Amino acid sequence: MSDTKSNALSNASGNALSSATGKEPVAVVGIGQTKHVAARRDVSIAGLVREAAQRALADAELTWADIDAVVIGKAPDFFEGVMMPELYLADALGAVGKPMLRVHTAGSVGGSTALVATNLVAGRVHGTVLTLAYEKQSESNAMWGLSLPIPFQQPLLAGAGGFFAPHVRAYMRRTGAPDTVGSLVAYKDRRNALKNPYAHLHEHGITLEKVQASPMLWDPIRYSETCPSSDGACAMVLTDRAGAARSPRPPAWLHGGAMRSEPTLFAGKDFVSPRAGKDCAADVYRQAGIADPRRDIDAVEMYVPFSWYEPMWLENLGFADEGEGWKLTESGVTELDGDLPVNMSGGVLSTNPIGASGMIRFAEAALQVRGQAGEHQVDGARRVLGHAYGGGSQFFSMWLVGAAPPTS
Amino acid sequence: MTEVLKAPLVVEFPFTRSLGPVQSAFLTGLRERVVLGVRTGDGRVLVPPVEYDPVTSEEIGELVEVAPTGTVTTWAWNHEPRRGQPLDTPFAWVLVRLDGADTALLHALDAPGGPDSVRTGTRVRVRWAEDRSGAITDIACFEPYESPNPHELRDPYSGGAAALVGSDGRFEDPVTGIVAPARLDYTYSPGRAQSAYIRSLADRRVVGERCPSCRKVYVPPRGACPTCGVATSEQVEVGPRGTVTTYCIVNIKATHTANLDIEVPYVYAHIALDGADLALHGRIGGIPYDQVRMGLRVEPVWSEAGGHPDHYRPTGEPDADYETYKELL
Amino acid sequence: MPAPRPLRDIAVVAFAQTDHRRTSDDLSEVEMLMPVLHRVLARTGLKTGDIGFTCSGSTDYLAGRAFSFTMALDGVGAWPPISESHVEMDGAWALYEAWTKLLTGDADTALVYAYGKSSPGSVRDVLTRQLDPYYVAPLWPDSIALAALQAQALIDAGDTDEPALAAVASRSRASATDNPHAQLRGSVPRGDYAVRPLRTGDCPPIGDGAAAVILAAGDRARDLCERPAWIRGIDHRIEAHGLGVRDLTDSPSTRLAAERAGAFERPLDTAELHAPFSSQEVVLRKTLRLDDGVDVNPSGGALAANPVMAAGLIRIGEAAARIGRGASDRALAHATSGPCLQQNLVAVLEGDPR
Repeated sequence: MSDTKSNALSNASGNALSSATGKEPVAVVGIGQTKHVAARRDVSIAGLVREAAQRALADAELTWADIDAVVIGKAPDFFEGVMMPELYLADALGAVGKPMLRVHTAGSVGGSTALVATNLVAGRVHGTVLTLAYEKQSESNAMWGLSLPIPFQQPLLAGAGGFFAPHVRAYMRRTGAPDTVGSLVAYKDRRNALKNPYAHLHEHGITLEKVQASPMLWDPIRYSETCPSSDGACAMVLTDRAGAARSPRPPAWLHGGAMRSEPTLFAGKDFVSPRAGKDCAADVYRQAGIADPRRDIDAVEMYVPFSWYEPMWLENLGFADEGEGWKLTESGVTELDGDLPVNMSGGVLSTNPIGASGMIRFAEAALQVRGQAGEHQVDGARRVLGHAYGGGSQFFSMWLVGAAPPTS
Repeated sequence: MTEVLKAPLVVEFPFTRSLGPVQSAFLTGLRERVVLGVRTGDGRVLVPPVEYDPVTSEEIGELVEVAPTGTVTTWAWNHEPRRGQPLDTPFAWVLVRLDGADTALLHALDAPGGPDSVRTGTRVRVRWAEDRSGAITDIACFEPYESPNPHELRDPYSGGAAALVGSDGRFEDPVTGIVAPARLDYTYSPGRAQSAYIRSLADRRVVGERCPSCRKVYVPPRGACPTCGVATSEQVEVGPRGTVTTYCIVNIKATHTANLDIEVPYVYAHIALDGADLALHGRIGGIPYDQVRMGLRVEPVWSEAGGHPDHYRPTGEPDADYETYKELL
Repeated sequence: MPAPRPLRDIAVVAFAQTDHRRTSDDLSEVEMLMPVLHRVLARTGLKTGDIGFTCSGSTDYLAGRAFSFTMALDGVGAWPPISESHVEMDGAWALYEAWTKLLTGDADTALVYAYGKSSPGSVRDVLTRQLDPYYVAPLWPDSIALAALQAQALIDAGDTDEPALAAVASRSRASATDNPHAQLRGSVPRGDYAVRPLRTGDCPPIGDGAAAVILAAGDRARDLCERPAWIRGIDHRIEAHGLGVRDLTDSPSTRLAAERAGAFERPLDTAELHAPFSSQEVVLRKTLRLDDGVDVNPSGGALAANPVMAAGLIRIGEAAARIGRGASDRALAHATSGPCLQQNLVAVLEGDPR
């Protein structure tokens, strides 16, 4: 009876983990998404998440019985009007009798959810975990959820685009970027989306002229430079070394993952290039042994809800020096066949089930290193970054996945 | 110390819920006065029918008609019905296992005999709503039901009195979605710091708070310095003039926002009030929208209604130099 | 099944909470929370910048505002930026997330906090929005009604009766006499029926509050605390959502979580149970096989103070504090979420031998 306690004592002898008991490597062995659309009127909320989960299980050739725990994420509960919906979704996600966690970190939630799930494997709590994120925006109206009539507060004057557009103007002022850069991003991402069967927007016949001719909604942001409102879900199966060895398809290996948060609004906040984003990327690069992200990373799925955020994040994530990000975009470096492809899937600009958008970035990064991105595959992608952010550009989550297992 | 403000906050929306095939069949059935369950792989019948087996996680969809009569498996007497509940007179909440089902449905039981007339095991039947649209409320409630031989009725397929119509779960014009209105009432209070700020606005003064640690002035104050994590309390009057640090031109009226009565286009700007260490947000007026620029000097135009400035207008001063406000951008 | 040993020894080294009150409308959420964060940090001498990971639990539906947790972060002082996460769950699950983060070795210390203000809305009605949105939520069955259905099922099964429920409530409030943070203390009348068979005395007080815990791993825990409360095991499980498919007199998810946390391997001396309704303590005692040798809810439990979203974390904090002051050597802490104990977490905490 007393040996439990003495074990506790002998095991509590050091801070750092010994190499024998260190972190378990984490692999992505199953990925599933719904076809993202404006309104999935044919399914319930449970039916929507189930579809993505079932596809992830099928990809991994696993069954519900193989899943040890479920980690689910989504943006505010008011969007669907269901408080803590994981309670109702437990049955649909095969979670009955299992642990189920629900993450909410604003727009970064899809990425954070995946990272919480990785900890369960890395910390050797579970062998195989299902992680999933979703939004069914057609149940309500996101603008309603974001602008509840809170007394005494100055009403939100301009909608979500109006919140971000002034920061885009600040970026343009700071860098001298020509005002066409945003349209180049939108044109690229919408063309990439045509190669992704799961993308929401499939704008056949898109041209740069059409993007540039679209109405200016929140000057300097045009209609075609904004994201759609989508119903969709994304799921992944994460597993340990033993699980990866049984995987029928090549796994994606986690090389680094991190979250960083800073306050919503504060004196000295840099909305154009928030420090939390820089620190988060630096942490991921350190874990993954990335010395020069521009050279060492093959492609990026980044959270770009408004086109100008591509050059802004290129700088924030260290792919370009400050003020130089727009030059990468303008010179075609971020095109699908460019030197550093960005948002091969079409990105948030083409698909935005809010709570799932971050996880889609993470999953698309994993698809690339598994060589399973189909028509939007980047040839030879070995190391790809997935990126998500949310709140007032304050919550960041990122992971770097590789085709090879981590060496350390 | 300023007394805190309070005001009602109503959170209300008619959510539009798509159903999927199983829930569609069940709710359409209710419209047609038919109760459907769903059969699991091991032969249990779940009522109400769910899309996924809670035991095996399998997707299920084989619909089975069950009787509109059943047995109370547990109950609770609700002497003070609340808004939105099925009856507005005292009733019993009940879980009812319908004849032919293996699980129980939650609903209300109208028991005129009061709590002493209800017990676990009470036989009940569905009382249909007069107007039925395909919703759980098509069952108005349950009502007590004197059956001559309850034991026979446990299996409706044995020819008991319970009427089955022989539905296969397919209906003309099925219900595919419901509208689920939801209203919650709150009393909102913004707390100490924001109450003080809002009260000062009534006197057309803008009063921020200084962090005792980093000395930054927060406008509006939020009660805490978010970088130091300590309470702010030293009040500092700022402005009223300030500088436009950045802005956008709003060309659309977003639905569900409070800007519906503002004519577009208008300028939505970040304004650093003189003496504040971060910008607040406001609308710029008194100048054509396409002449607003970064560095423009502005002052508040107070609204007759009190509270926040209606908008800000140019002061006529020369523009501020970029270097003077770029840290506030 | 024997409980697996955690990869690392991790302990609760500090705990703080507000005085729980019917209303805190004089304070914003961050104004309510921040002093608790200061107190819990002061107990260890740590500053925000020393903390390896921060995780919180709260819900927008109590506040009536989307993204309500983002403003609470102001109280942390997240600058320079911090490694941080949030669960839309009771803070006990935030602690669980932080525990897994520490297991990976990425952090040695974690700050966990949770808060909930029930005073702005009607929590009975707010919680109806947790229910199946197609078949159940449209009927607005409130939280007391659902608990009452469970209570009647227990009475029918012979597991309890109304006097026994009253005794649970009265023992809880008597224990809370020694808890300066409790909202309901001493002699509280059984009251009238709220929803029969539950009387007002069987129901938790409605109130506002916040709590915070610091976790630390290995020697760091010893450095920060005289007597750390080692997390011997922690696990949580969820059940089917539908009340009509569950046996409301049992809690298989609690039993499984307790097994996985090692609760049944050796005797316990203390149990802090998150049972907002007196009847739920009956279910949990039966499920956890707690006998008279176990001191149940010496803090008064959720019947004495039930700040929604923090009440589960407070159970872990109270159990740890009891170990810390030498009043317990091995304690169980439990948290619940969802209607009629749908989801349950069990942690087993141990102090070093004295």
